[in-house]
Amino acid sequence: MAKRVLVAVSGGVDSSTALWLLNQQGYEVIAAHMKLWNYEDTGGDLHQDGRCCSLESVNDLHQVCGRLGIPFYVLNFVEQFKEVVIEYFVSEYGKGRTPNPCILCNVDLKWSALLRKAAELECDYIATGHYAGIETRNERYYVRKGVDDSRDQSYFLWKLTQKMLARTLMPLAGYKKSEIRQIAAEAGLKTAAKAESRDVCFVADNNYRRFLDEWEDKSREGFIPGLIVNERGDEVGEHRGIAFYTIGQRKGMGIAHPEPYYVKEIIPEKNLLVVTDNKSSLLQTNLIANDINWMALDNPNERFQAEVKIRYLHPPAKATVVPITDKSVEVVFETPQRAITPGQSAVFYDGDIVLGGGFIEKSKK
Amino acid sequence: MRQVYLDNNSTTPVDERVLEAMLPFYKEGFGNASSVHHWGRDSKMALEESREKVASIIGADPSEIYFTSGGTESDNISVIGTAWYYEKKRNHLITSAIEHHAVLSSVQFLAKRGFQADYLGVDNEGFVSPQELRGKITDKTSLVSIMHANNETGTIQNIQELASIAKEHGAVFHTDAVQTAGKVKVNVDELGVDLLSMSGHKIYGPKGTGVVYIRKGNKITPLSYGGHHEKKRRAGTENVPGIVGFATALELAESIRETEHKRLALLADLFIDGIMTKIPNVYLNGPRDNEKRVPSTVNLSFEFIEGESIILSLDMKGVAVASGSACTSGSLSASHVLTAMHVPVELAQGSIRFSMGRFTTKEDIEYTINALPEIVERLRSMSPLYQKSS
Repeated sequence: MAKRVLVAVSGGVDSSTALWLLNQQGYEVIAAHMKLWNYEDTGGDLHQDGRCCSLESVNDLHQVCGRLGIPFYVLNFVEQFKEVVIEYFVSEYGKGRTPNPCILCNVDLKWSALLRKAAELECDYIATGHYAGIETRNERYYVRKGVDDSRDQSYFLWKLTQKMLARTLMPLAGYKKSEIRQIAAEAGLKTAAKAESRDVCFVADNNYRRFLDEWEDKSREGFIPGLIVNERGDEVGEHRGIAFYTIGQRKGMGIAHPEPYYVKEIIPEKNLLVVTDNKSSLLQTNLIANDINWMALDNPNERFQAEVKIRYLHPPAKATVVPITDKSVEVVFETPQRAITPGQSAVFYDGDIVLGGGFIEKSKK
Repeated sequence: MRQVYLDNNSTTPVDERVLEAMLPFYKEGFGNASSVHHWGRDSKMALEESREKVASIIGADPSEIYFTSGGTESDNISVIGTAWYYEKKRNHLITSAIEHHAVLSSVQFLAKRGFQADYLGVDNEGFVSPQELRGKITDKTSLVSIMHANNETGTIQNIQELASIAKEHGAVFHTDAVQTAGKVKVNVDELGVDLLSMSGHKIYGPKGTGVVYIRKGNKITPLSYGGHHEKKRRAGTENVPGIVGFATALELAESIRETEHKRLALLADLFIDGIMTKIPNVYLNGPRDNEKRVPSTVNLSFEFIEGESIILSLDMKGVAVASGSACTSGSLSASHVLTAMHVPVELAQGSIRFSMGRFTTKEDIEYTINALPEIVERLRSMSPLYQKSS
């Protein structure tokens, strides 16, 4: 009997094509759209075209699935998304960190919720339209980069557990984005020509400061104005709350100074922003990462060499990874890296293979 | 796989006989009922005959029947039209917490624009208390709107008593009879209502058709403007095929109403008793007495699991039902109706509305009774709530 798969569909071309491919490959396919937020709550333009979670996306999916004869369900996760992801997003900024909500959303919301739904619907697997693959080595499941380097999404998947990976299919691993668009067009999928989704999905205008401004009451930790000092500790200005700043940021400081200032450090305990006019002082060689999840490796005791990404669009940099505890490592880069940012993820690669990852706790000299 | 449709409170298929009656008015009888020539006159005749049919079934005068696009428009005209007409003298509205959103959202719309609004609560079975209405109503109350039967639970209100309280205070009384027309007796004089809404597609008629009854002498401010249709209270060229369909559907439903009521009450007993015997921790939302409920509506809460999960699993078995929350996106937020009935939130989230209809057979019910225990048991075995309790 055909294996049954629950496919997560956003309404974009990637997940629609993943659905189509699995259907072609003979799986018994069920499509699920996770409604995560309402434009009414998150601000931005209600009538923007075709973004995920818009009514238009759902209407498109009804057509795509209807033509393929695939059952399609909209599952509402608005409350959980608010509690888990948006709360995390806001509280991280409040602590002076720069979160990447997709990573938490994937593990704590999408995968856990979809796997539960999949079990309820007696599905063997869930599937997603990520540009990444899942493979096994030494009885360990791990994520491998997708063949389309410019689209690779493995960075967002480091937190997936072995149990999650064992039950997940990612049919786009072997394709380039251009090929996916072509397949979608040839298959006549309505979503073939849709625009890319960008950045943080629920911040519709990509202006996270506007979002924080509207979302939070201003008495919350991190939203209270404070001082900006330079590296010597001299007061040079005032900030509007550390939540609104990120490491390496240059604009929006509101300080008159001949050289541009960059945010070098955020000290939440003192509600202090430290800036520098010396760009090279943003360079650092070490970082501590916590909450480590191991993929291709099983809890290493020894230090090892890896390429490490500290941001999604950061080219992997050679480093030594030194385990400190089960859940904590120190990363020592061969060459200093610019703006190592607490809250972002450090992901360890061996070539295309994700060895593991963690959240950056702090940088070190 | 057997296909079982138990979502008749959402919508119903058009009865063959209704469709047959409508078709000529899409073809050769296409005339505009306002035209002078014979095409127009033929349509006008069909329109007025339909009005008479509807009037006689609900005990009204034909001049009190206005055709609309459905239950929502009928509710909007009744609530907003009345509120606006009396705005200067009376600006207080009373409705209940369990109304359909066609009424609730209309009242909320008015409340945002300066009207005073009160929402009556309900007891555990979903009944509005006449005492509470007496306590809330004042000489400033222009409208009381309480639905005849609730779409989620089938609970039938004591409209007669509620309407008489409104009358004592000079307030207009509206009832949404979308879920009762053609299913239980609906007579405007016995109920004592001034305004009443009905919908075509809930009674095996076409979608996009409805009626609002407006008692003679009652005033409303129209919500649509255009020609002289429907005595200027509802502008727009009359949907003659739809209107003929509505009248035929109501007439048909009325002609078999009593036998259907008996048949569906027996099926409801079979279903409720069957499920309760086979599955533990199931609760009926609404009165068990088939006379106090539209018997074809059976709302059950399955403890420890989410309604959404049951709907999906039943869909895979060919059985179509709705969750109590009746939200298009399968919302996990509990239904406002069950919340108002003080159903605990976990039980409200685990609620399913089974709504039977004219084409529901005993075999359909038996199939569903047999399919459910396995689904519920499987979902409960995955539920952390269930494991905690056992």
